[in-house]
Amino acid sequence: MKILVAVKRVIDYNVQIRVKEDGTGIVTENVKMSTNPPDDNAIEEAVKIKEAGKATEVVAISVGEEKAQETVRKALAVGADRGILVKAEGTVEPLAVSKILQKIVEKEKPDLVFMGKQAIDDDCNQTGQMLAALLNWPQATFASKIDVKEKSLEVTREVDEGLETIEVNVPAIVTCDLRLNEPRYASLPNIMKAKKKPIEQINASDLGIDTKPRIDQIKVEEPPKRKAGIKVASVEELVQKLKNEAKVI
Amino acid sequence: MNREVMEYDVVIVGGGPSGLSTAIKLKQLDTNLNICLLEKASEIGAHILSGNVFETRALDELIPNWKELNSPIKTKVSKEKFLFLGKTKSLSWPTWLLPSVQQNHNNYIISLANLCRWLAEQAEALGVEIFPGFPASEVLYNDDGSVKGVATQDMGIDKEGNKKDGFEPGIELVGKVTVFAEGCRGHLGKQLIQKYELDKGKDPQQYGIGFKEIWEIDDKNHEKGLVMHTAGWPLDNNTYGGSFMYHAENKQVFLGYVIGLDYKNPHLSPFDEFQRFKTHPSIKKIIEGGKRISYGARALIEGGFQSLPKMYMPGALLVGCDAGTLNMPKIKGSHTAMKSGMIAAETIFDHFKSNKELSSFEEKFKASWLYKELYEARNVKPSFSWGLILGIIFTGIDQILFRGKLPFTLKHKHADHETLKLADEMPKINYPKPDNIITFDKTSSVYLTGTNHTDNQPVHLKLKDPNLPISYTLEKFDEPAQRYCPAGVYEVQKENNINKFVINSQNCIHCKTCDIKEPSQNIIWVTPEGGGGPKYGNM
Repeated sequence: MKILVAVKRVIDYNVQIRVKEDGTGIVTENVKMSTNPPDDNAIEEAVKIKEAGKATEVVAISVGEEKAQETVRKALAVGADRGILVKAEGTVEPLAVSKILQKIVEKEKPDLVFMGKQAIDDDCNQTGQMLAALLNWPQATFASKIDVKEKSLEVTREVDEGLETIEVNVPAIVTCDLRLNEPRYASLPNIMKAKKKPIEQINASDLGIDTKPRIDQIKVEEPPKRKAGIKVASVEELVQKLKNEAKVI
Repeated sequence: MNREVMEYDVVIVGGGPSGLSTAIKLKQLDTNLNICLLEKASEIGAHILSGNVFETRALDELIPNWKELNSPIKTKVSKEKFLFLGKTKSLSWPTWLLPSVQQNHNNYIISLANLCRWLAEQAEALGVEIFPGFPASEVLYNDDGSVKGVATQDMGIDKEGNKKDGFEPGIELVGKVTVFAEGCRGHLGKQLIQKYELDKGKDPQQYGIGFKEIWEIDDKNHEKGLVMHTAGWPLDNNTYGGSFMYHAENKQVFLGYVIGLDYKNPHLSPFDEFQRFKTHPSIKKIIEGGKRISYGARALIEGGFQSLPKMYMPGALLVGCDAGTLNMPKIKGSHTAMKSGMIAAETIFDHFKSNKELSSFEEKFKASWLYKELYEARNVKPSFSWGLILGIIFTGIDQILFRGKLPFTLKHKHADHETLKLADEMPKINYPKPDNIITFDKTSSVYLTGTNHTDNQPVHLKLKDPNLPISYTLEKFDEPAQRYCPAGVYEVQKENNINKFVINSQNCIHCKTCDIKEPSQNIIWVTPEGGGGPKYGNM
């Protein structure tokens, strides 16, 4: 079984996001970039399945600018066998990414495609679902547990009401939740080995995919500042303030 | 436990200007050398914090065509100002009356973090293997007592010291020569200085704490290329320190404050002095209407020539501010750190090629402009122990009239942890509350540093005696860690009327001030799990 894992390069989750002064987007210069956190879980799970002898190859793929190669390289350092970078400039929307992934799936013929449930930058949570539609494959989203069966997967999903367990036939798309596993650290020798693993570079345009954004972004702005809190002396005062000032009761 | 071993010709610890220059120079001298460089930050530059007005002298020698290689050195200094601040007034000091070491017209305003990222690209292109996210946590020794290399930190250890699921053992990096370039108060450098008595016969090292904020300011207040320094308010005559304000590209100003860690009043809070400084009319008018986008702090070396330890030992060299090559009157340490790394590289090259001892570092160092620079600068900082006014008068005589050639060397008498007076004997300082426009509290400041340490790992700020902070330091000095820490790591909390010393180690921005200033030297800074700490951008 072959697993394709999609990873995205995003602003590191510890970095405080700054909105550009003119409201056209967020500041990405001089900002630390990392792998989208649930994508780390996706890679980890794929590698674990391979280590358990249930998969033969793990291929990491990223779509984006040249530097997204670092994200692929990181996936190689924790156990992916080889990488693919599909180069595209600027914002690449989920639809474009899923079309690219569709082309790569047709070429690579994996049995499973894993990715994070959503990216922490645009929070779209669409790519896996769109890819499932394009390929007409079953999908298991928000996976927090995956059991690999003969010709199917048993997947536990994190849903609003609790946990839902489903079975999907292979080939399938799985989008991974942070609870799926604890991603391993890349060891120094493995980082070195990863430097020698191949990363195939393809231009999105060569796949015949137009990555031009379809969504008009009108404005990006910071959330309103939270007002400073106050201490109240008594329950009466609290109730009075909730009634007259906050007007919530 | 057996750890995996990797062998190199040279192992370099630390990806700052000195370590990277060592690596680049070595590769230029012999492209076949196997070199690896470890960096504790998640990426090169993420733990770098510096003013920075950059003198290109060392870089001109290392990479002469740096201008053609898209280096992040773009903003030439166009104008200089020096102000003495009174509480509300300021006096502008004519720059022609400044010693030449403090004149900057040939220098550039840069982000040292970005310069390091660029140097790392140059080094990687030459074949240096750079490993960010891997702190060297331990020195390895050969049976003959010489340095064998370093071991990286184990990853995935929980608070109690047990292995977690993702546990990844550290590995041993063995080098024919190891170069320590951890920066000011490196935690391995400190051990080596002790073990090999590298500071024997030298004055105690002197340190400062430096703060930096990056502001995006109004166009009308921005003068690209302007370099401004101040002395005076809010510090009193007996506290050494001053500010910098550098107008960089993209409407940014790099605003900072440095305070000597030899301050005496345990009630002093360096962070609050910096915040208060920004309320001075001559500063406020520039940043008003702007936005603070970055914050950080880092200890720096101020001891200079008299405190500079021997920089070689069996099997290893100590470079940059891990030893202490910063030039205090120049307020610059990047070019000197780079040069010390380059001298180290030449020493190592000779060592491999003609079996010369590493001690030949000393001759090369003494013959270099670096030595001359540090020698001539040596008397400035100690003269400020007489106070700001006498210090300035002496510095004028020493630097302008005699150009550092006075026939004597002033001494640094005390280590910084010895200078605090008892809390009862010193005046309390009432700092104004932050307005959240110009001045801020520590919490919102640390937030801007992007600092994170993986939860559930051992505390990396170790107490030799866990009771001492409450039983002694609190009583005698009102536990100054609460104030000197720029990130609010240390707190004294009252629980049921019992004082408790709390260490919020996840906030630590790796400045090392606690390791330096704690009066009983009770706090030991060790490396946390790799990649932890701040994530500075263009600091």
